[in-house]
Amino acid sequence: MIPGSFNYHRPASVADAVKLLVNLGEDARPLAGGHSLVPMMKLRLATPAHLIDLHGITALKGISRDGGNVVIGAMTTQHDLLASEEIARSAPILHETALLIADPQVRYRGTIGGNVANGDPGNDMPALMMTLGATYRLEGPGGVRDVAAADFYQGAYFTALEPGEILTSVSFPAPATGHGCAYEKLKRKVGDYATAAAAVVLTMASGKVATCSIGLTNVHETPLLATDAAKAVIGTSLDAASLKKAAAAASAIMAPAADARGPVEYRKHVGGIMVTRALQRAASVAK
Amino acid sequence: MAKTHVTMKVNGAEVEGLVEPRTLLVHFIRENLQLTGTHIGCETTHCGACTIDIDGMSVKSCTMFAVQADGSDIITVEGMANADGTLSALQEGFRMMHGLQCGFCTPGMIVRAHRLLKENPSPSEPEIRMGISGNICRCTGYQNIVKAIQYAAAKINGVEFQEAAE
Repeated sequence: MIPGSFNYHRPASVADAVKLLVNLGEDARPLAGGHSLVPMMKLRLATPAHLIDLHGITALKGISRDGGNVVIGAMTTQHDLLASEEIARSAPILHETALLIADPQVRYRGTIGGNVANGDPGNDMPALMMTLGATYRLEGPGGVRDVAAADFYQGAYFTALEPGEILTSVSFPAPATGHGCAYEKLKRKVGDYATAAAAVVLTMASGKVATCSIGLTNVHETPLLATDAAKAVIGTSLDAASLKKAAAAASAIMAPAADARGPVEYRKHVGGIMVTRALQRAASVAK
Repeated sequence: MAKTHVTMKVNGAEVEGLVEPRTLLVHFIRENLQLTGTHIGCETTHCGACTIDIDGMSVKSCTMFAVQADGSDIITVEGMANADGTLSALQEGFRMMHGLQCGFCTPGMIVRAHRLLKENPSPSEPEIRMGISGNICRCTGYQNIVKAIQYAAAKINGVEFQEAAE
């Protein structure tokens, strides 16, 4: 399988990349890790006339700390996340989640920016970013703007990105010291997208949930923040009744597609179970 | 479409070529460089038969364009043997442990296992299995591939390989 012809551009700065995107119009696509776009091009389901490879922009790579915020450049790969001590220390849920994405070869190339910007409901990082209260930095011809992950996703493959804009970094407040977190992903095999998955970040105080945030992957055309489910467990000791209530509240907002991963009812059911398991495991590691 | 001149190091040798932007790296390696040890399996980024080592990373060469590899340092299965031509510890492991049947996945398995052992010289069995989870074998059931990598790890670490009891 050979992709259609295209022109290859390798800008060295975000400004140059934006200029190319604006000048070349909708026939141009930015290329990050390429592990979603290149297979689509080989199937000729995507036939961009111009590819703007972001690998030449060194400023887009790296993990840093900006006060209380963790900032990750868009071209940072899943492999980079797994190798980062900063991530291991301040947001171990990213490690856990990155390890559940695809396989080692894909993680060497796949980037966090591509993962969150593509708008694929099967991608794991978007729900996690919503759970962490992340913000995406978008740079375009009109300048720089920050959009909350929770406001970014509009539909499957539809996002707040405007023509000519590139997502350049994600940032999120480092979760509180002693927080508990878990990402529970049900999948048919290694490398698969989630049948359903849940991210939980919580803090405990005197055996009760003090704060809690829950995100859901691949159970709707966009990632979801399960706000009511989180409310259902705050102030509880995660007793059976509260867990049941949270799972039900999460399932209530799910609207998965019926596909090879199972019928709608099944995916909602296991989605609730992922929420329960993630809550229990997050609480067990909270200090 | 205008062709682009690319240069890269492949198995220690400087190579160059003219490629269309759409030329996949695996096609450049197999057709321009005539290094056909790197196999094309699924062409959909699933099977890992086309895995090569590029700048210290295991990458599926069917999912990268040759122009993107300009200036890089690549190792393919043809570059796996020891400098004197003898089998590397991994190659010996696949031979001694019968780590292949049809052999189609073997180049990708060996190149991937090479990087795995560089990053983790003493992997546990689950680490080996997760480490090769991007490489599909339809013959062996993986059992002997895991043993081959354990054999190589033992040899590299200078310890005697103990086959686990079954």
